[in-house]
Amino acid sequence: MADLSEPNGLSPSSALLLRHYRSQVFIRRIYSVIGVVLVLVALGAAMNFANAANSGKFFERIPYMFDFLKNFVPNDPLEIFRAMFDLESPYYDGSQKFDYTSERHYIAGGLYIPNFIYQLIITVNIAIVSTIIGGGLAFLLCFFAATNLVGAGPVRWIVRRIMEVFRAFPEIVIAGLLTAVLSIGPIAAIAAVSLHTIGALGKLFFEVVENADMKPEEGLRSVGANWLERVRFAIVPQVMPNFVSYALLRTEINVRASTIIGAVGGGGIGEVFRLSIGRDHAAKTYAIIILLLITIVCIDQFSGWLRRRLVGNQSFELGRGAA
Amino acid sequence: MSAISHAERSRLEKKYPEVFQQNFLQRWGLPVGLGITLVYLVFCWFFFNVGPALQNGKWDRAAIYVQDWYSWRAQPRLRFEDGKVVPQWSSRGQYPADADIDWLTPHDDGSMTATFDSDDRLEITTNRVDVYIDGVAYPVTITPEAAVAPADLPGAMVQDREKVLVNFGFAGQAEIRSNQVYVQRRFLGWANFLYDPRSPLWGNDLFSSIGLIFSGERVNPDKSNAQMVLDEWLGNRAWQHGDILAKLMQTLVMAFVGTLFATLVAFPLAFIAARNITLNGTANWLMKRTFDFLRSIDMLIWALFFTRGFGPGPIPGIAAIFFTDTGALGKVYAEALENVDDKQREGMKSVGASPAAVNRYGVVPQVLPVFVSQSLYFWESNTRSATIIGAVGAGGIGLKLLEAMGTNSDWDKVAYMVLLILFVVFLFDNISTAIRSRLIGPSSH
Repeated sequence: MADLSEPNGLSPSSALLLRHYRSQVFIRRIYSVIGVVLVLVALGAAMNFANAANSGKFFERIPYMFDFLKNFVPNDPLEIFRAMFDLESPYYDGSQKFDYTSERHYIAGGLYIPNFIYQLIITVNIAIVSTIIGGGLAFLLCFFAATNLVGAGPVRWIVRRIMEVFRAFPEIVIAGLLTAVLSIGPIAAIAAVSLHTIGALGKLFFEVVENADMKPEEGLRSVGANWLERVRFAIVPQVMPNFVSYALLRTEINVRASTIIGAVGGGGIGEVFRLSIGRDHAAKTYAIIILLLITIVCIDQFSGWLRRRLVGNQSFELGRGAA
Repeated sequence: MSAISHAERSRLEKKYPEVFQQNFLQRWGLPVGLGITLVYLVFCWFFFNVGPALQNGKWDRAAIYVQDWYSWRAQPRLRFEDGKVVPQWSSRGQYPADADIDWLTPHDDGSMTATFDSDDRLEITTNRVDVYIDGVAYPVTITPEAAVAPADLPGAMVQDREKVLVNFGFAGQAEIRSNQVYVQRRFLGWANFLYDPRSPLWGNDLFSSIGLIFSGERVNPDKSNAQMVLDEWLGNRAWQHGDILAKLMQTLVMAFVGTLFATLVAFPLAFIAARNITLNGTANWLMKRTFDFLRSIDMLIWALFFTRGFGPGPIPGIAAIFFTDTGALGKVYAEALENVDDKQREGMKSVGASPAAVNRYGVVPQVLPVFVSQSLYFWESNTRSATIIGAVGAGGIGLKLLEAMGTNSDWDKVAYMVLLILFVVFLFDNISTAIRSRLIGPSSH
């Protein structure tokens, strides 16, 4: 790089320019240093606070980190698959820990669905149903939140605030209220995840609508189409691929969400997972973790493939979008 | 839109055949898709037993829960002792011992009046309770075995074996037994929100508290009034403001520290994962699979795992967010790095810069705004998700929420926490959006 340290021999205007450049760089560096120091101070204070508030202290507990895994070594790796498919276990001693066969869900005769797979089906269905319900409602709402379709009126303001509240409202509260009314089960989870989906997808949807090309809309307006027809024939065909792509992304996120809601009383695999961890059922826990991993990876891959086909490679963020 | 002539129509059909002769999928795709979705929803209706669950749901209970969100209940037990009616308050300390309560008036003969509405009240003596509903009296006789209601009961009163239940609607309800009357009296608003009855400041409202801070005698000679007001408010035993705010702080700390650590770790690792920067294919592949692994194990599972290690509290939350977000941010960062403009790197290489300098001056300035904006985005979304992982034991306000919901009676506290969370989430959304738009311009997000 050119040596900028010696301003001697430069013309006066160049020297002035150089001085100005240096002062700018200096100010910028000062700002950077202040910013870094602030973040570090905040980090230190936050960690101190976290350590003080935790029931086990960080440095005391670090050596015991993997005790949990040690306790969780199943007697024999095959045990994991016996647990997964509800096969009889040679270790069965009358306790729940090795009692797999009693959890089978019989369909017809000797044909049965293993319990964990059944629970997984419930969880995935919760996710799909809530994506359909939440996505459908978000689809209806998003056109009222877009500036290019409704202007900046009170309707847009209200719809956007509703979406924000749905997005930020803690899902466990809705699930908790409904489990108190309906008793534990998947309906509470569906309601909670659906409401959240309306808020999250609604935001992504109306942003897509706002970026739509307005020329087809003008064309329809010029032949006297009403608002509904303009939305239907000018906007919807443009935004549909993006909408579907976002909905698929949301299905992925909702599988995780319904697992978590399950763990706090919404039914499905989350609930059996929490129970098996709480009761130290090693093989069962591993079976569930493996099932969850397989499911999430499968859904990831499938929806990634479908999304690529729909909208191509562009606009491909990781899509925790408004999660 | 008006009709067009036949000739015009056939001309258009000839000119744009692809519009008029669509294949089956184009023509019927939408209705078929909607039909399948509908059939699926109907199937799920039966799969999840929605109908019976809705029918068996205790919806009257739901109404009460929702009322609990914005109202407060005083719940004394009026016990019959030696010919007198003595109020006994629950442990939450709803009124101080010698309070003068305007809706519950004791009389000199040992009887007591509980007023619910102008026409609705209870006249309680130890051997007889007169229930006034819409101004009409229904005498309930108290015997040592049971409380017995008269024969012609209105809908608001029910004889339930040896006790009598009275429902006054929103104003409250009463349960008359042979040895006590259990009264629930409901008021709009959150009572004792500022100070609990055991506090010396109990009875002060917001304005008188502010007045106390800026003027007036010291209530407690050892402390300034401002300190006193703050201490008493935070130490409120009924509402536990201090505890709730500390738990909220834990949630924020979990999101902040977790995301920051994830950013710091993902930043160098992403350079290894980017194909155009690290030319070793094996290293790229290994790094990317590591990111996938960290990301695909859910935050919930990480949280449960670390809760076992560190015990409940914010540290497992931080660790869970850190692990998942390292995977997620690493992937995003690597993708951003693979999309950088090569010209600037070539420029740096052409003047003979070292590999470190090439990355520092040729790559980092291009990707830094994207990196920071993505991290802010994750920070914002983690503020929301940290509430949930709290519920599985990772500390923070989620745990507090779950506790309050578990008791089924603290719904007012749930409402309070929800409002706090909503407020904090909006605040942090706006902060992060403001920083992001200053970094990369207001148009993108």
